[in-house]
Amino acid sequence: MEVPRHWRLKKQRYALVGEVCPHCDSKIFPPRDVCPYCGGEAKTQFAFSGRGQVYSFTKMTSAPTGFEQAAPYTMALVQLEEGPVVTAQLTDIGDQSIEIGMPVEMVTRKLRTDEAERGMIVYGYKFRPVMG
Amino acid sequence: METNPALNSILLKSKLPVGIIGYGVYIPRYRLPAVEVARIWKDGDTSGLPIKEKAVPGLDEDTISISIEASRNALKRALIDPTDLRAVWVGSESHPYAVKPSSTIVAEAIGCSPHVQAGDWEFACKAGTEAMVAAMGLVGSGMARYALAIGADTAQGRPGDALEYTAAAGGAAYILGPGEESLAVINATFSYVTDTPDFWRRPKQSYPEHGQRFTGDPAYFKHITEAGSHMMKEMGTQPSDYQYAIFHQPNTKFPQRVAAQLGFSKEQIKTGLLCPVIGNTYAGAAVVGLTAVLDEAKPGDRILMVSFGSGAGSDAMDITVTDKILERQGNATKTTDYIARRTEIDYATYSRLRGKLALT
Repeated sequence: MEVPRHWRLKKQRYALVGEVCPHCDSKIFPPRDVCPYCGGEAKTQFAFSGRGQVYSFTKMTSAPTGFEQAAPYTMALVQLEEGPVVTAQLTDIGDQSIEIGMPVEMVTRKLRTDEAERGMIVYGYKFRPVMG
Repeated sequence: METNPALNSILLKSKLPVGIIGYGVYIPRYRLPAVEVARIWKDGDTSGLPIKEKAVPGLDEDTISISIEASRNALKRALIDPTDLRAVWVGSESHPYAVKPSSTIVAEAIGCSPHVQAGDWEFACKAGTEAMVAAMGLVGSGMARYALAIGADTAQGRPGDALEYTAAAGGAAYILGPGEESLAVINATFSYVTDTPDFWRRPKQSYPEHGQRFTGDPAYFKHITEAGSHMMKEMGTQPSDYQYAIFHQPNTKFPQRVAAQLGFSKEQIKTGLLCPVIGNTYAGAAVVGLTAVLDEAKPGDRILMVSFGSGAGSDAMDITVTDKILERQGNATKTTDYIARRTEIDYATYSRLRGKLALT
């Protein structure tokens, strides 16, 4: 069980809350308190818009532990409007085909259950095709 | 001492004017046609199907995820900072946890914690309107400027049961605030509640039980007609005073029949009657219907909404739309857009999405 880790990551997972660098104005995700672009201290919270586009993607048929029941599902590198690239599941695909460059938007969904039916439910960001 | 004239009435009226300053909806993408249920359980007999199709949640959706998206849509229309909310109240009969509030997760996700009231409400299908009435009291008393009330469900239906045709998923969120900031003012509410055993689910049971035809006249029709008629009598209104009416909608026929009993036309209930195409969203049913009405309403329109929750009770709300509706309707995804986003599934996929397949 990883309850402390889930609790610590809730803001970034639920709502894509990262950081903005006060020195070079770079937007940072995931938050790491040091700007990866200029090396300055960066602890100012920044809520990302959740809009982005598919940078690359792949279909997972052999899922890692904890995600077996969701397979097959699509993992993507999503380039956020503000710059950073995040790894996330795509959801609500339905019968749409996925393409590189496809506009997507963030939604907060169940990621998995920690320790089957008895454990905590882990929520976090996924991306879906933009609704318009 | 200042007195509140509303205390002399059976209606609930707030001391300060209260209204809806933002509303939002969420309906999942997947649709199970009723003919699919009939194919599996009725040898394909499609006579008398209660609806056309119902909304089914994806594997990663539940009452909490539905509430989060509906609330984000409500915030887009309310145009307030989430930290100005003083309550997050989630009404549902499918809270993902038996012990641990849905509301704290929703509050965290929309960015309004930690200085906020949070709680989960239960009253079968009227848990959402119950939360709205409470939010109205919180704002109308001056204790809070803004409060968020949600009605959402991922309803359960036993395989092969009559409820499996209709038990659906969806929800709506309402931010209540001062009357002068509202896109629709809530003029009054009235509740009619009795101990009626029409439908229930005991602890640790996966599916509810229902009292067959007993769910009709003594439960649904009695409570909605009493709440609706008392409301109109006390407000001094007639059905013709309302441009829209919304009633709890467990199937297509019940709201049509109760509307006729109260004197409303098919035209008045048409916009808010979504059950035929999304199913019964339980605590979301009436309040999701209201979002569709607000999406197209014009300033000055008057709306009567009456919810129903088994066990049993109804909340009636008399609502008047203001000029502010026009500048906020387009700020978030509309209900018809969610309904149009549709992927049809078969019974096998439905069984998987709803966890009806035992993997261990």
